[in-house]
Amino acid sequence: MIISIASGKGGTGKTTVATNLALAVKQGVQLFDCDVEEPNVHLFLHPEITRTEPVNAPVPKIDLEKCTFCKKCMDICQFNALAVLKKDVLVFENLCHSCGGCFEICPENAVIEKDRSLGVIEHGSVKGISFIHGKLSVGQVMVPPIIKKVRSYTDPDMITIIDAPPGTSCPVIAAMKKTDFILLVTEPTPFGFHDLKLAVETVRVLNIPCGLVINRVGIGNDEVNQYARKENIPILMEIPFDKKIAQIYSRGEMIIEKLPEYKEKFEALFKKIVQMIEKNRENNGEEK
Amino acid sequence: MRELVILSGKGGTGKTTITAAFASLAKNMILCDTDVDAADLHLIMKPDFRQTMEFKGGHEAIINPDLCIQCGRCIEVCRFGAVKDNFEIDPIDCEGCGVCVSLCPAEAIDFPETLSGHWYISDTRFGPMVHARLGIAQENSGKLVSLIRNEAKQLAVKNHLDMILTDGPPGIGCPVIAAIGQATAILIVAEPTVSGIHDMERVEQLSRHFNIPAMVCINKYDLNPEQTQKIEDIAQRTGVTVVGRISFDQTFTQAMIQEKNIFEYDKNSQACKEVRKIWDNIMSLPALSSPVTPILKHL
Repeated sequence: MIISIASGKGGTGKTTVATNLALAVKQGVQLFDCDVEEPNVHLFLHPEITRTEPVNAPVPKIDLEKCTFCKKCMDICQFNALAVLKKDVLVFENLCHSCGGCFEICPENAVIEKDRSLGVIEHGSVKGISFIHGKLSVGQVMVPPIIKKVRSYTDPDMITIIDAPPGTSCPVIAAMKKTDFILLVTEPTPFGFHDLKLAVETVRVLNIPCGLVINRVGIGNDEVNQYARKENIPILMEIPFDKKIAQIYSRGEMIIEKLPEYKEKFEALFKKIVQMIEKNRENNGEEK
Repeated sequence: MRELVILSGKGGTGKTTITAAFASLAKNMILCDTDVDAADLHLIMKPDFRQTMEFKGGHEAIINPDLCIQCGRCIEVCRFGAVKDNFEIDPIDCEGCGVCVSLCPAEAIDFPETLSGHWYISDTRFGPMVHARLGIAQENSGKLVSLIRNEAKQLAVKNHLDMILTDGPPGIGCPVIAAIGQATAILIVAEPTVSGIHDMERVEQLSRHFNIPAMVCINKYDLNPEQTQKIEDIAQRTGVTVVGRISFDQTFTQAMIQEKNIFEYDKNSQACKEVRKIWDNIMSLPALSSPVTPILKHL
């Protein structure tokens, strides 16, 4: 069972919900931090890192001895990552999407693929939770391969919780695709509302059931609630706007450990998600 | 031409509300919203859309079933797992690399341009604004960011504007890198939380990587004075200029609800005083203070 936590807008509380939810479920949980540009889960859970793995992507290297400068590699490349000159070939590694087109098309076998480092993933565990996060190296741009690498460790016998990045483009899709449920976290402000609508559109493109957590209830207005009702998106949990909670978060502490009443709330949230996933499976005629 | 890019790493620290507030203080400027997948600046700026342009960010491979001989070459060469067993291509998985298109022996794969979003040139009550909307689940946000920044630059030159005020995207990846190339300076809006600090440090590293001067202001500083101190210590250690602090103030949200910036909402508020001070500090930096380009100065 895979649950991704997403939002559209950043800073609405994805990581807070993901970490507290994982702690509330406790057993048989994997927590994947897929916000690989700015991973934050480890700052709250302090997992002991037991293994670090590099994430590489293949990029072309041209064997100039074999190259006839025919430009086929440059022509097939949609990303302008290659420039064939009279007696040289320039490779712009940051533009390369690692599609392998140049490698496949070269009639002289002059394209060699070499690894370029994009970042790392780190494995660890904490409080019974199995933890993995990805970390993009500073200055690198290719995010989806790191997210895919983290997700390659999905264990179908466990409950997998994914902390997704903000936005609606390729990194978010890589984190939300092929999950069983998307939990959207928003705040009741005009920015939160606007970006929630974009996030819901994204969820609908993927055709995955979703529910809503409204964070900082009371800070703004009730447009988000009205919208959720109208669109038939269940509000599974509300967290009030409370300076005390903001301060707990600022210190890197867990809400369910500092405010025990939240333990039950997150347990109830998990139950509701499981019910929705099961109902959706029934509707699709699948067996559990 | 000077360009100030507002970043944060972490989302939701106040990039857009602060950019909107700066719009009241900057003179002779153009706004540019580079958070193309979840743009919010227009919610305060209420732009009058003057021109809408299509953004064709790439291509999408589509198999023509009438020509397909089901040889499986496309499945073999696609590194994104986008070709399904029934010889259909999942548009979400398709990277638009065209490798299958070039290598299909039956030439059965079409490769039309995709409409990946729109971008706009608008008027606002503060001056012109260039902004965009990337289509849902689309790629190439970096390309769209580069495009609108270029457009903003050209408009600024044409209209003799002194400054581009750019609202940046969260993170440190592709769209952020596209948003900061050749910028005059970066302002990092940090919040005094463990994640705010962690993310600010990554942006600071990025700014150093690309050799662009960085400044930091601390939003909601009184939420956790200890963490605020930590930010200022890190800034000092890494050569980032601290330009000020902003209190935890609901004026920002209240103004946002009324589609105003904080100066329009209540110009006597504490938040306004703090933001004005930050703006003055930013403008007194050598990189940003000279009103004319260095070349003109020598003439």
